[in-house]
Amino acid sequence: MTTTLVERDDDRIDLRRLLSDNGALGGLIVLVLALAVMAPNFLTAQNLLNVGVQAAVVAVLAFGQTFVIVSGGIDLSVGSVAALSGMVAAWSFTEAGLPGWLALVAGLVTGLAAGLVNGVMVSYGRLPAFIATLAMLSVARGLTLVVSDGTPKSTPDEITALGSTIGDYLPVPLLVMLLVFGLTGIILTRTYAGRTMYAVGGNADAARLSGINVRRSTLVVYGLAGVFAAVAGLLLAGRLASAGPQAAVGYELDAIAAVVIGGASLSGGVGRATGTFVGALVLAVLRNGLNQLQVTPFWQQVVIGVVIALAVLFDTLRRRNK
Amino acid sequence: MKLTRRAAFAAVAVATLALTAACGGAAGSGGSGGEITVALSVSTLNNPFFVQLRDGAQEAAKALGVKLVVQDAQNDPATQVNQVQTFTTQGVKAIIVNAVESDQATPAAKAAENAKIPVVAVDRAVNNAKIASQIASDNVAGGKLAAEALAKAIGGAGDVVVLQGTPGTSAARDRGQGFTEGIKASAGVKVAAQQAADFDRSKGLEVTTSLLPTQAALKGLFAQNDEMALGAIKALAGRDVKVVGFDATEDGLAAIQAGTMAATIAQQPRELGKLAVEQAVKAAKGEPVTAKVDVPVKVVTKENLAEFKK
Repeated sequence: MTTTLVERDDDRIDLRRLLSDNGALGGLIVLVLALAVMAPNFLTAQNLLNVGVQAAVVAVLAFGQTFVIVSGGIDLSVGSVAALSGMVAAWSFTEAGLPGWLALVAGLVTGLAAGLVNGVMVSYGRLPAFIATLAMLSVARGLTLVVSDGTPKSTPDEITALGSTIGDYLPVPLLVMLLVFGLTGIILTRTYAGRTMYAVGGNADAARLSGINVRRSTLVVYGLAGVFAAVAGLLLAGRLASAGPQAAVGYELDAIAAVVIGGASLSGGVGRATGTFVGALVLAVLRNGLNQLQVTPFWQQVVIGVVIALAVLFDTLRRRNK
Repeated sequence: MKLTRRAAFAAVAVATLALTAACGGAAGSGGSGGEITVALSVSTLNNPFFVQLRDGAQEAAKALGVKLVVQDAQNDPATQVNQVQTFTTQGVKAIIVNAVESDQATPAAKAAENAKIPVVAVDRAVNNAKIASQIASDNVAGGKLAAEALAKAIGGAGDVVVLQGTPGTSAARDRGQGFTEGIKASAGVKVAAQQAADFDRSKGLEVTTSLLPTQAALKGLFAQNDEMALGAIKALAGRDVKVVGFDATEDGLAAIQAGTMAATIAQQPRELGKLAVEQAVKAAKGEPVTAKVDVPVKVVTKENLAEFKK
C-alpha cells in the first residue's frame, strides 16, 4: 500500500526519485550504455524501435502477470493462454468464417474465459495458484493443438495489422505495449480494484476482515491476466501473420522474470507498472544486444540468467539498505 | 547506505560488461573491414541434426573466406523474426533462414527484403516471401522412404506403431504425412497406434513402454527421429520389432551397425549447411544463384552404411 501512496503523492517526474525507486531502471541504463559502447549499431533509431517491438509480447504478458503477483498469486498459464487466444481467433476466421473483427473479439473472450477459470479454481476451489495455473498451462496448450490440428493458421487483416508498422517507422506492437502499460498503471494506482490487489497481496486475511471481497478481487486479477494474455497472443499472431500451435512456449517465465526484475515481490503486495515495463525492456535489450554482439547462442542463455539474478540481487540489496 | 547502493550499481555494471565482453570477444572477433558477413538463423541447436547443419555452414564459410554469424531461434518463430530483424541492422550481406515454421518465417524474410538483403532458405521453405535460393531437403519424401523401408524390413505385412515428433512442428507434420502416404502402398501393413514422443529419447522410451502391452502382434516401429528410435529400442529389448528412425545421427548409424535399428533416413545436414552458405555468398556478391537446390534424401541400411559413416 505504501508504494502506491508515495506515487500518488508525487506526480512530478523526479529523476533521482525514479532511480532510487526503480532499481531495475539503473540496471537498464547501465545495460544500454554498455551496449551503446560495445555494439556500434545498437543505439540507432531503427534498432531501438526493433527492441520496442521485440519487448511488446512479453511486456503485455508481464503487465497481466503484475496484477497476479501484486495480489500474492502467480500465473503460469499466460504463455499457453496467449497461444490459445491467438489460435481461436485465427480459427474463427479461417475455419468458422467469422469476420476479422469478430475473430479478434473471440480471441479476447477466450483469454478472459481461461483467466476466469483460473480465478474460480484459486478463489472458490482453494487450489494453490501455482497448481491451478499449471493445470491451465497444460489444458490451454492442449486445446491450442486440438483447435489447430497441429498446423499454423493464418490471421485476418484486422489481427495482422496488430503486428504491422504505420508509415515507415511507427510499429503497432510498440503502441499497443505503451497503451497496455498506461492501462496497467491506471488500474493499479487509480482504481478500487487495483488498490484491493495490494491489500489482498499484503495480507489476505486482513483484507477480508476489513471488508474487501477477496474472492471477487481474485477473479478480477486472473480475468485481467487472461485478457492481457489474449492481447499478447493476438500481437504475436499479428507479427507472424499466423497463429502457431507452439506459439509462446515458455513465455510465462519471461513474464514472471520481467515483473520480478521490475521490483515486485513474489510474496505479494509490492509491484508497479513502471517496474514491470523496465523489467521487460531489460530482457529485450539484453536479447537484442547479445545478438548484436554475436555472442554464441549457448552463452547467451548463461548471460541472460546471470543478469536476471544480478538485477534482482541488486534490488534486494537496495531495499535492505533503505 | 548510499555507498552500498553505488557499490551494487558498480557491481552490476562491471559484471555485465565483463560477461558480455568475454563472450563477445570469443565469438565476435575477426570482423575486419572488406570481409563479407553472412548470417544464419538456425531453428534450434538443441538437436544434433541442426548442429551438423551449422557445422557444415561454418566449414563452408571458412573455405570461402567469409564471416558467418549464427543465431539460435530456440524453436520459437517470434525469436527467429527478432533475430533476422537484428541481422538487418548489422550490415550483413546475406541471411540464411532455417525456418522454425515455413508459414511463420514470412515476416522474417520480409524484414530482410525491406533492407534489400537476399535470403536463402535452408532445410525448410519460407512461404510467401522472396527467396534468392532454397536449399531443400524434403521431409515428406523422407517419410515415404521410411514407410517403404519399414514395410520391407517386416516382410510387407503386420502391425506397426509410429512415434511422432513434437505436435505442431513442421518436421513432425511432414514426416508423418510422408509416412502415411507411403505406407498405403503396402496393403498388409497396419498402423496400429500413433503417439507423440516429442523427438526426445527418454520420451521415446516411456511412450514405447506404455504402448507395448497393448500391441501383442507388433512387427515394426517408425520413429520420426533417431533420438526417439533409440529410446524405443531400449523399451523393445528382447522383442523382434524392426525399428526405422530418421536423421542418420551418429548414434543412429551406430545402432544400424549393431543391428538394433533396421534403417534410418539421411538428409545430409552438413551438405545443407554448406550449400546454403555457398548460395548466400553468391547472392551477397550479386552473382547468379540457383533458385532451388535439392539435397537428396536417402535410406541408410546396413548394406550402404559405409557411405554415411565418417
